[in-house]
Amino acid sequence: MFSLEGITTNVQDWLLMKFNPTMALAIECVIVILLSISLFAILGLVLVLMERKVAAHIQIRLGPNRVGPGGMFQTVADTLKLIMKEGLTPDKADKFLFNLAPFVVMMVGMLLLAPIAFAKNFQIWDINIGVLYISSVSSLSVIGILMAGWASNNKYSLLGAMRSGAQIVSYELSAGFAVLTIVVLTGSLQISEIVNAQQNGWWIFKGHIPAVIAFVLYIIAVTAETNRAPFDLAEAESELTAGFHTEYSGMRFALFFLAEYINIFIVCAIGATLFFGGWMPLHIGNWEAFNHIMDYIPSSVWFMGKTFFLIFLIMWFRWTFPRLRVDQLLNLEWKYLLPISLFNLLLVAVIAILGWHF
Amino acid sequence: MYNQTEIIKDTSELGADGELVINMGPQHPATHGVLHLVVTLNGETIKKIEPHLGYIHRSIEKMCESLTYRQFIYVTSRMDYLSSHINNLGCALLVEKGMQIEVPDRAKYVRVILSELTRIASHELWLGAMAMDLGAFTPFFYAFREREMITDIMEDTCGARLTMNYIVPGGLMYDLHPDFQKKVKAFITQFKSKVTEYEDLVTNNVIFQSRTKGVGILSAEDAISYGCTGPVARASGVSCDIRKIYPYEVYDKVEFDEVLETAGDSFARYMVRVKEMNQSIRIIEQLIDNIPEGDFVGKTKNVLKLPKGEFYTRVETARGEFGVYVVSEGGTTPHRIKFRSPGFSNLSVLNHISVGSKIGDLMASMGTLDLVIPDIDR
Amino acid sequence: MTNEEIKEYITTLAPAATFDETGEWLNILVTAEELKPLMLALRNGKMQMNYLFCLTCVDFKTHLTMVYHLSATTHRQSIVIKANLNREQPVVETICDIWRTAEFLEREVFEMFGVHFSNHPDLRKLILEDDFKGYPLRKDFEDPINMIKL
Repeated sequence: MFSLEGITTNVQDWLLMKFNPTMALAIECVIVILLSISLFAILGLVLVLMERKVAAHIQIRLGPNRVGPGGMFQTVADTLKLIMKEGLTPDKADKFLFNLAPFVVMMVGMLLLAPIAFAKNFQIWDINIGVLYISSVSSLSVIGILMAGWASNNKYSLLGAMRSGAQIVSYELSAGFAVLTIVVLTGSLQISEIVNAQQNGWWIFKGHIPAVIAFVLYIIAVTAETNRAPFDLAEAESELTAGFHTEYSGMRFALFFLAEYINIFIVCAIGATLFFGGWMPLHIGNWEAFNHIMDYIPSSVWFMGKTFFLIFLIMWFRWTFPRLRVDQLLNLEWKYLLPISLFNLLLVAVIAILGWHF
Repeated sequence: MYNQTEIIKDTSELGADGELVINMGPQHPATHGVLHLVVTLNGETIKKIEPHLGYIHRSIEKMCESLTYRQFIYVTSRMDYLSSHINNLGCALLVEKGMQIEVPDRAKYVRVILSELTRIASHELWLGAMAMDLGAFTPFFYAFREREMITDIMEDTCGARLTMNYIVPGGLMYDLHPDFQKKVKAFITQFKSKVTEYEDLVTNNVIFQSRTKGVGILSAEDAISYGCTGPVARASGVSCDIRKIYPYEVYDKVEFDEVLETAGDSFARYMVRVKEMNQSIRIIEQLIDNIPEGDFVGKTKNVLKLPKGEFYTRVETARGEFGVYVVSEGGTTPHRIKFRSPGFSNLSVLNHISVGSKIGDLMASMGTLDLVIPDIDR
Repeated sequence: MTNEEIKEYITTLAPAATFDETGEWLNILVTAEELKPLMLALRNGKMQMNYLFCLTCVDFKTHLTMVYHLSATTHRQSIVIKANLNREQPVVETICDIWRTAEFLEREVFEMFGVHFSNHPDLRKLILEDDFKGYPLRKDFEDPINMIKL
């Protein structure tokens, strides 16, 4: 059976055979960096095209269909255009922070890739506090956004950045609590252990009602955290033109744009790992034959399928709902989602202690 | 013109107590056209809105003073371009009233049917654009699907999709396209089956309702005092439908309801427009099978001369009461012409209804006022 | 109310008023000084004219005429009030404290005809640029670049 695990083991064995361990580690690092950068590029191209196709389908139109078969190379052409464009820096902007901001946002995305299990035993860094690491690093992206909004010296950018700051900090709580429910059920912060705990069924099925509630909360919170509609107040097009990235153009704008999609991918990947078993195939009780067939589908396909399903869900929200107002957004978090999350955590703790889950 | 440094100095300084002044427009995604609002903010709360107009001012009133009574009608298409047909109708009615020109029944019927189609097209565009202001992109495409059918009918009828110029004093410029009735009936069937999609997607949407209910409340007294007309005033419970009060053409022969709401908020204005589309469909249904045969244009002199005096006509456009006031000295051109445009009065209420609300609410209030900038600037 | 009754009523308010019934509606010509008290009485008195649907100015080359179209949402009777103004120094009292819509309409008349509205809260140019010279809707306005003579 095809497996990514085999490739990584072979590569590592070969490196250890040829070089000393330090050297091998350094080469592995370079390989990982190259791989993750190319993953970023490919994901950006695929997700932007996917967004446009999903939007087109919802909006009864065709979407991009001129460049390449079915418009497949549209985003490649767009990227080329963005690279060619001049990156303008406003006259009165804080040049250093202005140029730094897109890279901070990008870097956060890259850091978050580390603990994600893309396939069986295919993971950059299986850190034992994986979930905690994700929660803490993902909240750093707000710094990049605030930096961009402040350094642009533009009032729309500033308003967008302030909105974004309030929003991300608030919704971090709900997302954190939703993740904690799964941690309570599993008893571990390590991603690989969370995935292994779902061998005989995904948490969304095993975890009773609390897991379902947690999943709904998680999807709402991460939609807000990634600044996607209906929570796209930070870049509310009709209110603040483009929000925090109003003044950005060319490749620096593209980095923000790319970072948005990478963030979506990462939060959906985490959602898939926590609630849908990551790379774990779908197993139903004692149906041996069925389970066996499911095992034949490569684990990476399972992981990507689940992730892209969640991405589709988030895109579906965006093209259906109008935007919330800023006070309604914060009301929703502090008056509804946060109390529900706290109660849900209590509920799941009771269930975990009494062992009521499957 | 403005000195550029002056603009920067004028708006980048903070006000006395931490006020933030932002220029919304003339290029801004939500001001649909070249409206320029200078918004004074305290945090996200609006303290004052000051419209700066004139980016598309063409002085149509001055222009009309040198155009004959046949010509000036077509300039008005460029004012409220979304109800160009109704603007033309108002001007033609004035000339017909001043010179006592008899209009054939066929022309009257067709004028009313096209007026109502124009109204639906205008409301469709408004629905899409307003939903987009509130951050929902999809209703725009759904609304345009139906609007496209109307513009196709317009194109068949008079060759133009937006600025129709179909009316001449005394009747119509050409006779109807042979497929007209068939296409209009097809449109009615399509519209009736699809209008529920708007309800599902927009009207019943919780987020949409929470964004518009209780936002931008306009009381009935204020609506009258500010001279608001059309759906804006009717949402506040002011009965002001010119088609009912001063019926022109064949509006006294058809049955329809004047849509009134009492809440006066953005949601009421939304509901008035959506219900008005259904009433327009009702009017078209009553007329489409009964278009009388006969001439499409009455007998007029070659050179039109209005007698000395003053004339005023008003029609109900998609945005409200459109009035034409002409002072004639007896010549072939008007001495003074004044267009009472509904958008101008509706805009003046914007500051009143948005002070104290958030920037997001401004989009709801401004969207439901349905401003068309060329109509305001003239 | 019939036209006769309106005439009688207005004569008590503004004795110098002259009437013209040739048009569609009753035209009442008053002096600029009488205008404001008459308007106040029309709005708050027994006529209850609460709806100002058109406010404009006409240049008759010898003088300017302010034209106010009034109506009421209750009885739907329309009348037209006019006031002749001196062409060199046109000044008239503002009515935007009676009908709020007059605020913008008066600003438009101010920039297009040069009529000065005393006590107007915010009499600035609304449509034209701030440093625009001349009053475009007056008959003697000349703009050799943008105007086409037909």
